[in-house]
Amino acid sequence: MKTWRMGSGDPQRNAQGRLCHLLTLEGLRDVEIIELLDTAASFLDLGSRTVKKIPLLRGRTIVNLFYENSTRTRSTFELAAKRLSADVLNMAIASSSVNKGETLLDTVDNLLAMQVDGFILRHSEAGAAHLLARHLGEQAWVVNAGDGQHAHPTQALLDLFTIRHLVGPIHERVVLILGDVLHSRVARSLIQGLSILGCPQIRVLGPRTLVPPELVHLGVHVFQDDRAALEGVDVLYALRMQKERMDVQPLPSLEEYHRRFGLTPERIRLAAPGAVILHPGPMNRGVELTSELADGPQALILDQVTHGLALRMAVLARLAGGSG
Amino acid sequence: MEGLARYIRGIRILDPAHGRDELGDLVLAQGCIQDPQTFPLDQIQEELDGKGLFACPAFIETSFQAHTPGHGRDGDLGSELRAAAAGGFAQVLLRPDTNPVADHPGVLWEQRRLADQEGLLRVHLSAALTHALAGESLSELGRLVDAGARAFSQALQGIPNSRILRLALEYAADLRLPVFLFPEDSTLAAHGVMDEGPTSLRLGLAGRPMAAEEIGVERDLRIAANSGARIHFPHLSSAAAIARVAAARHRGQAVSCAVSLHHLLLQDHDVGYFQTAFKTLPPLRSQTNREALLRALANGAIQALTSAHTPWGRDWKGMTFAQAPFGIGTIEWTIPLALRLVQEGVADLLTVLGLLTVGPARILGLAVPDLRPGSPADLCIIDPDAAVIPASNRWSRAYQNPYVGWPLQGQLRYLFVDGRLVYLHP
Amino acid sequence: MVASWDLSNLLDSLSDDLARQLDPQHCVMVGIYTGGVWIARELHRRLGITAPLGELDISFYRDDFSRVGLHPEVRASHLPFALDGRHLILVDDVLYTGRTIRAALNELFDYGRPERVTLAVLVDRGLRELPICPDFVALKLRSHPDEYVKLRGPHPLRLEFLRQDLP
Repeated sequence: MKTWRMGSGDPQRNAQGRLCHLLTLEGLRDVEIIELLDTAASFLDLGSRTVKKIPLLRGRTIVNLFYENSTRTRSTFELAAKRLSADVLNMAIASSSVNKGETLLDTVDNLLAMQVDGFILRHSEAGAAHLLARHLGEQAWVVNAGDGQHAHPTQALLDLFTIRHLVGPIHERVVLILGDVLHSRVARSLIQGLSILGCPQIRVLGPRTLVPPELVHLGVHVFQDDRAALEGVDVLYALRMQKERMDVQPLPSLEEYHRRFGLTPERIRLAAPGAVILHPGPMNRGVELTSELADGPQALILDQVTHGLALRMAVLARLAGGSG
Repeated sequence: MEGLARYIRGIRILDPAHGRDELGDLVLAQGCIQDPQTFPLDQIQEELDGKGLFACPAFIETSFQAHTPGHGRDGDLGSELRAAAAGGFAQVLLRPDTNPVADHPGVLWEQRRLADQEGLLRVHLSAALTHALAGESLSELGRLVDAGARAFSQALQGIPNSRILRLALEYAADLRLPVFLFPEDSTLAAHGVMDEGPTSLRLGLAGRPMAAEEIGVERDLRIAANSGARIHFPHLSSAAAIARVAAARHRGQAVSCAVSLHHLLLQDHDVGYFQTAFKTLPPLRSQTNREALLRALANGAIQALTSAHTPWGRDWKGMTFAQAPFGIGTIEWTIPLALRLVQEGVADLLTVLGLLTVGPARILGLAVPDLRPGSPADLCIIDPDAAVIPASNRWSRAYQNPYVGWPLQGQLRYLFVDGRLVYLHP
Repeated sequence: MVASWDLSNLLDSLSDDLARQLDPQHCVMVGIYTGGVWIARELHRRLGITAPLGELDISFYRDDFSRVGLHPEVRASHLPFALDGRHLILVDDVLYTGRTIRAALNELFDYGRPERVTLAVLVDRGLRELPICPDFVALKLRSHPDEYVKLRGPHPLRLEFLRQDLP
């Protein structure tokens, strides 16, 4: 049966197709991603100036709306907004007070009544940013700073930036993502970004409970054997093992995970020469990777943080421009 | 109060109970269908021209949530019965998942009182099989029968404990009412909010595997087979589960199943980017499964169609996909949605109408509705060619409608219940 | 209508003026993307300035950001010297409304506090909207807002002057 389907417009674009929210990397064009990465590159040396601020978003008000704890992401966004001269309102809404009645949209409407230009939203539930963007339309923009297990586009963008900047063209590198891919918003967004930029092979590795074969639907090669997965890999991306996100433990123990899949100097030797290690942080030393590797020259983990600031500035500058 | 004596001239008469599809005249008087050959024409008070229209028995809904008793914000008996009337239904079975749950005679008395007060349609009551539908202890089923229950039901809740299911079915068997079950392995279904598959993976939403329903059906069938209870699965979503039901029926077991129109018309992919209008329980499944459901319908493996009417008001619009409640409340669009199955060649018109009339009546042990003289004048007059493009609900308080903008056909013109005109399309 | 000028003559005269009135060896030079950088490269070579050439992208300081958004090809500004206490020669190709120079001055002062800023442009086409006046000009034009003056380059550098004949 042929069934007529509703046109499912992309909620992060307006009627003219302009990107007016950043909710997910899904559906972005390669040129749009590259433009964001190039813009981020132009912000990189800002830290070396006397005045570390540019007046791009002078007079704009941005709300950091965090329904989930995250000191790192929140402070990077705050600093990024401030370097662009925007005013930033930090709203950390403890999960305990969510149930006191006011819904996300009511909270946002109240802020909107105070002429806010944009929202950076972190929420524990998948789709929260889409819900907000649909509600706002073009009244204000939304950046998804992580929604449940769905997406974390700015993290993925800074990872792409790091690979492109410090490793080489993405369409020439083999990337392996290790760990809890199934429950990871970082992995989902990174896989989408890598695919859009033409990564020749995206591999995922982990126990079947965290890396089920059905992940092929996301366009990755699924490995359960570490030796095969590591061979010829240029970029090793270790995901954080988040025990707190799982209601039933899919692993016997973190020690066992480390024994089977943790990054160690021995395992790294199986990868391509010069392979680098990325991690979205905060890392569990001795679980995802050994301290020796985390502090070694192959780890680009602190570069990711530096790039995160420039990248988030680029995202804010892109979304805020032309909408005033 | 009975309606006017009416003569409907030159109308296509579709009577699935007797496989009848022919052009003819119909007379409605004294609450019944009359024989146009013998009925005295001087008593006719109104004549209707049936050109281009068809008449069929009015529908019966086996899964109807009217939130009565309840808060009121998601609709009540008044709003939802009007929606059902607009959908061509003369009879509905209230689901017991009300607030409070219909597990006590007092709730059923109140429902009966309110239904009589509305007086619009024939309202049948069901009683919760277990207290609060929690699946832990039996409701006072005998007293609930005395209070007017037509069926025992678990609504949208499974019974995790197999021993309690066995006791409940054995106890219910003596009372001779059908038992509506929600078959699901709840530990496997866990907290899933949509079908487990490529879309749930893409969106990072917790999946509810189809296997959970199949295991549930298998277990419920096995336990029911030894209990003597007549069971019904009011909303199956898995084609494999339906095949198991068909096999059990073939063995002679007293079991039936229904599928919602949503599961025949929609699939998991339609959720798009977290559209809560497409959140149902059981969840919308894959396209492959949906096509298998359509084949099952064509092969007669499904005994009834349902709109699984579950309205939710606008208070829920700000919820994320996981927070939003399960269910679609689009009963008022049933006719164009059901006719869609005919237009797409899934099944012929008599079959589809039979699944909305004869099928549900047999499941509930009601008189099979037909258009023979002497039968109650419960019938729909439908314009099958009128274009209908669903928008927001007009009658139901359900805020969302997944079918908005669909180019459909089929408009109810008149609905008669007991010969009374209860719906007239302007 | 297209007119053309001999750019090397214009560059020579601009460079001669600068050499006569300033002490280039004690100056630093900054060009504004894109045309200003091309002109600055020529002047920097002709004047034999020893300090490396600075390059300024004013995208982040434009006053029409709210209306038109970020230019799709933003380059990083690159000032390979400290500004504090220096005499800076700011170079652009075409001076028009003055808004670019306003943005460039704002950006420069975020890098430091130069002792003096001198503005050198290839063409001054008038029609200023801000109180900005060049110190050195190679070519003065009286132009109309409908007209179009643009430096093409970098190899070869070519000055385009177009009048749009509206239908």
